[in-house]
Amino acid sequence: MLGYTLRRLASAVPTLFIIVTVAFFLVRFAPGGPFDLEQPLAPQVLDNLRRTYNLDQPLHLQYLDYLAKLVRGDLGPSYTALDFTVGEMLRRGLPYSIALGASALTLALVLGVVAGVFAALRQNSTKDYAVMAVATVGVTVPNFVVGPVLQLVFGLMLGLLPLGGWGGGDLAHRVLPTIALALPQMAVIARLTRSSMIEALRADHIRTLRANGLPGRAIIAHALRGALLPVVSYLGPAAAALVTGSVVIEKIFAIPGVGSYFVEGALNRDYTLVMGTVVMLASFVVLFNLIVDLLYAALDPRVRYD
Amino acid sequence: MTDASLTSQGGTAARGRSLSTLALQRLKRNRAAVASLIGLALIAIFCFLGPFLSSHPNDRVYQSYVAVPPSLEPYPAAATLERTMQRALERARVDMGDFSASGTTFRVTLTSPRPIDPRVTRYIDRVDEFDDARVVETLEEGRRLVVEGTVQRQWFLMGTDMSGRDLMTRIMVGGRISLIVGLLATLVSLLIGVAWGAIAGYAGGRIDNVMMRFVDVLYSLPFVFFVILLVVYFGRNFVLIFVAIGAVEWLDMARIVRGQTLALKRREFVEAAQALGVGTGGILRRHIVPNLLGPVVVFMTLMVPKIILLESFLSFLGLGVQAPLTSWGVLISEGANNIQSAPYLIVFPSIFFVSTLFALNFIGDGLRDALDPRDR
Repeated sequence: MLGYTLRRLASAVPTLFIIVTVAFFLVRFAPGGPFDLEQPLAPQVLDNLRRTYNLDQPLHLQYLDYLAKLVRGDLGPSYTALDFTVGEMLRRGLPYSIALGASALTLALVLGVVAGVFAALRQNSTKDYAVMAVATVGVTVPNFVVGPVLQLVFGLMLGLLPLGGWGGGDLAHRVLPTIALALPQMAVIARLTRSSMIEALRADHIRTLRANGLPGRAIIAHALRGALLPVVSYLGPAAAALVTGSVVIEKIFAIPGVGSYFVEGALNRDYTLVMGTVVMLASFVVLFNLIVDLLYAALDPRVRYD
Repeated sequence: MTDASLTSQGGTAARGRSLSTLALQRLKRNRAAVASLIGLALIAIFCFLGPFLSSHPNDRVYQSYVAVPPSLEPYPAAATLERTMQRALERARVDMGDFSASGTTFRVTLTSPRPIDPRVTRYIDRVDEFDDARVVETLEEGRRLVVEGTVQRQWFLMGTDMSGRDLMTRIMVGGRISLIVGLLATLVSLLIGVAWGAIAGYAGGRIDNVMMRFVDVLYSLPFVFFVILLVVYFGRNFVLIFVAIGAVEWLDMARIVRGQTLALKRREFVEAAQALGVGTGGILRRHIVPNLLGPVVVFMTLMVPKIILLESFLSFLGLGVQAPLTSWGVLISEGANNIQSAPYLIVFPSIFFVSTLFALNFIGDGLRDALDPRDR
């Protein structure tokens, strides 16, 4: 297990390297630059700026320089947010994004699994169809529609919850963005759980349990253990989707997370900020996939890593 | 399902029902899928033929009807006509005498201390409500004109947007873009994914290993962010953007196709082809790819809504198609910005958007169930 973990971590290095390389050159070859303002800067100023940020050197030297600094954990200064390094910006925004993402993932997982099991136990009944219809709506309605609608209903019409902002991270501020972010994933998880639960309930060992007269609750628990496997393997993509979703949700609910950095960075050609966000996200996804695989092994005795 | 085409070509006469007929029958019995197919066809007809039948060009701005709510009654309302005429004449610097409107015609008397230039009717025509204004009577040496013309009646069944453009026409035009973009990107991903997966699966061994390792590496890229970079890079040429999206979304397709190919290449008819000396390319084209059709079609129907969602996501971030073109994503995000003052702006595009995604999902699920060989 430990050996497998280490090997997986080692194999993440080339993956990250490819990502960094592709992103670096993609960003650099995009037309425009970080100092293209509406009123062009004086040539001397521009020269000075370019020299300060090492942009006057050949591209391959800049690339090697960036890699060398990256290995030491230095993401460089931001070109647009003056006096801030990218590291500082990410550290400032990450707590909000992680808190939001974690609560959304928890909500999606708990409610999604409960709804899926509920529907699977009543397969082809009206309740089953109702749950699945709601889940399909959840998959198809984009979260930038859900967000404003929630704001309109609960913030403006009922006046129950704040429209946006993070406050101190209290529950009232968290509820709406968490729901809007969790809804699509919740729907996917519910659909997944339902279909795998139906399959699990038909399995031979469950039939044996039933024949032996186990109570319903125990049977569900046994079936659920097998049924959760596809859900666990979906958690990797789900986490990645939550990260993307939070770009929209943070914008709608005015949450000062890292979601806005990427889009703004790309639009402003803030090279280091874009790169920093890419590196952070890629490491996050790689790490999360590793956790999912380890979890998978813990749940399924047939999977062994050695 | 893998030998659907085989069975349908020969040996079916005895049993009378081929596997593909069975699948079609199962699909027909799935009422949700059939309803979705019909609904999707209607939406496509609405989007592609609608703009030709609509009385409003999609980029025509009606300054008199900015953000008017949806209504089955034609605009303008009779009560507002006199006020509108007064404002038009104020701009022309003449005074308004009697005004009367009946049905689709109006009659107005203009007065002024000085003789009035008959070209003043242009000021009246310029307003969206009135048309064909002409002088019918000149009195008091031109200081008093009687003008007649028609009242232009306009229907805005879904209202107009914040710039005064007909929302229904914009939904049609936006739907075209969304649907085309979804199909285009899916086709690109289909071509790359099927070719990649079929070659990897059929070649096997080291080639397969290298090709699928490459797919694994790509899997851990944060895709949406690469798409955003591509959008910035291509300068918002939306066709290129979606070719690019298709080019990064082919990974799942490649995996599915590879798995199927691995199973297929052990089949007798492939061995027979090999024994007959058919080349690798020939076997792939003639025997492998046609038999992959089932899972590929299912995957395609589920891919289109994903791409449409992605397009709307980009549009929401302001990275989508540019005005005066539009897409459902653009319309929805405009609606989200004005949700309080004009909620219908988000309601109508969302209805079309969500029903399309709904239909595609149901069709995909239905096809999967119908083609599933285990469920016979």
